[in-house]
Amino acid sequence: MIKIKGIGVSGGVGIGKVLILRKDEFSVPKKKISHDEIPREIYRLEKALMEIRKEISDLQKKISKEIGFDHGRIFEAHYLVLEDRVLIEDVIKQIKIKKVNVEYAFSESIKKYVDTLLKLNDEYLRERVIDIEDISRRVLRTMLKEKTLSLSDLKERVVIVAHDLGPSQTASLPKENVLGFVTDVGGRTSHTAIIAKSLRIPAVVGLEVATDNIRSGDRIIVDGSSGFVIVRPTDKVLKEYRKKSNLYTKEVKAIHIPKAVKVFTKDGKAIVVSGNIELPEELPLIKKYGAEGIGLYRTEYIFLGRRDLPSEEEQYKAYSKVAKDVLPHSVIFRTIDIGGDKFLSQPEVPHEMSRFLGWRAIRFCLARPEVFKVQLKAILRASIGNNVKLMFPMISGIGELKQAKGLLDKCKKELKKDGKKFDNNISVGAMIEVPSAALTADVLAKECDFFSIGTNDLIQYSLAVDRTNEKVAYLYEPGHPAVLRLIKKIIEAAHQNDIWVGMCGEMSGEPIFSFLLLGMGLDRFSMSIPQVPKVKELISNINLKDAKAALQEALKLPTSKEVEKYLQGELKKILGDDFYRILMI
Amino acid sequence: MERIEEQVVVKKAHGLHARPATIFVQLANKFNSSVKVERDDEIVDGKSIMAILSLGVNTGTEVKLITEGDDAKEAIDDLKRFLEDEDKDD
Repeated sequence: MIKIKGIGVSGGVGIGKVLILRKDEFSVPKKKISHDEIPREIYRLEKALMEIRKEISDLQKKISKEIGFDHGRIFEAHYLVLEDRVLIEDVIKQIKIKKVNVEYAFSESIKKYVDTLLKLNDEYLRERVIDIEDISRRVLRTMLKEKTLSLSDLKERVVIVAHDLGPSQTASLPKENVLGFVTDVGGRTSHTAIIAKSLRIPAVVGLEVATDNIRSGDRIIVDGSSGFVIVRPTDKVLKEYRKKSNLYTKEVKAIHIPKAVKVFTKDGKAIVVSGNIELPEELPLIKKYGAEGIGLYRTEYIFLGRRDLPSEEEQYKAYSKVAKDVLPHSVIFRTIDIGGDKFLSQPEVPHEMSRFLGWRAIRFCLARPEVFKVQLKAILRASIGNNVKLMFPMISGIGELKQAKGLLDKCKKELKKDGKKFDNNISVGAMIEVPSAALTADVLAKECDFFSIGTNDLIQYSLAVDRTNEKVAYLYEPGHPAVLRLIKKIIEAAHQNDIWVGMCGEMSGEPIFSFLLLGMGLDRFSMSIPQVPKVKELISNINLKDAKAALQEALKLPTSKEVEKYLQGELKKILGDDFYRILMI
Repeated sequence: MERIEEQVVVKKAHGLHARPATIFVQLANKFNSSVKVERDDEIVDGKSIMAILSLGVNTGTEVKLITEGDDAKEAIDDLKRFLEDEDKDD
């Protein structure tokens, strides 16, 4: 028995027989070609690139559909490599000048770039090298007519052991026949790790010498939670891990399969758990994961990446499709939440030192009513099914809210005049993400139908931390007592004025904070869609009474660290160690 | 045909290594104009992901953008704005 420690990047236990994938399962032959053969080699290059472009684009669609658009984007870099003119021209030049076969020329060109990138000695670039090698292996296999390591054809259930596994290989794994995977290289942030996690295949990477100690056919245990890999285990160890694995599979399944759309706390309070959507491609995920509608629909994608402004008709079509799709549940559209600079290339946009504090979101919209009104009318017209709500981002005081509502009323009047239908009682909410709004929530509550707390920004503004700045990102703490007090105040102000409160920041999908927020009386949770089943499972196991008691204690603690530690302890007590561990994966 | 050059200090949090490199190349490819990026004495094709990655541009690095073609002005404006925007999310 050998026990090796690596980096666990995807939780769970996989037990099975090893299938070794050697890094260089094929060699690239060097052949001299004659002058007449040059066009044929170039043709073979173009043909192979075209085939792989199709493969990658299919893979990207598959991943986007299964686990979300963000993950599908991983393959955009692959695609660019396939279309890279500098690379392609370099390969063609080598074929012509050195008179060598296309496979050899291609692998030499790639090698040249990979060497350059590795010399720069940068962690991010090392990850890109993995992507480039992944794509280059695909191209070479196609040109060599080497059977692409057809993992998709795997007949037997196995644990894959490889020196390296590219993201496109990982994504093509037949989930049902892969019990786990183990690689020599790779880190926590590699694309491969992210995909493994999303597919919920237990994985340990960074073992350095894994493939030297493991043979095909060996029995192996992969514990992706602890990062241990055990080769040829003794019967005793095997039995122990089998138990662990069964428990894990059962409970993980229970946690991640979609449940009934409605969810109640253990003592019976109905809680709405909905999803955040950034792109229309993600819409099918709402049903797939059993989310109760959409708690945040980001409308920015309609405006980005183009030079003109989308017409009312175009926006109306996009919004109505969403509203119809999500029935019988509702969708909350957030109006434009980006900086003015993203819209206009004219010099009228001053250069901003700090975009967070600048001319953006509602500030931009109120300054440019001709842009804003088009969106408001489109949203109004999409509301005929009575399941559309709208909210204004970055409200910092009552004046902005009143002004925005005034514009909305104007739009309603104009639509009426034109004989266009809409829901006259459409719910209007304010996003509470600026500390001044949080502190005056009692005033704002009288002017709207609901609040949605945007924690990502609320935390940044309250703690004066730009979390994209690595030097200060450590100060970004959702559990900071100041943040907790602000949130509590917002929820209390809403309830005193009989309106409901939701939260659409990342905080609402983190188990320890979901627990705390239940104690504060938060009515609706909205989060990245794959988190939904897990949070529902948590909610249905919590008594409000316990959440309230934990809140009282948590509010007494002076630091975020202590708050988190306390909440973890409480959740463990309530849910049991095993359930808690699985929930945190 | 117009040829424009501009010096830009890259503000992207991870320079042009991670996702920003991909987006930069995608953006450059939207224009008819040729796009070149110069750093120290090295000039590379801004429409090539391999070339851009090989430049190893970190945050704070100063580079020269050179665009040439019928939409050279729009190209340089958009690319410059992208490099100077610290926003990681778009």
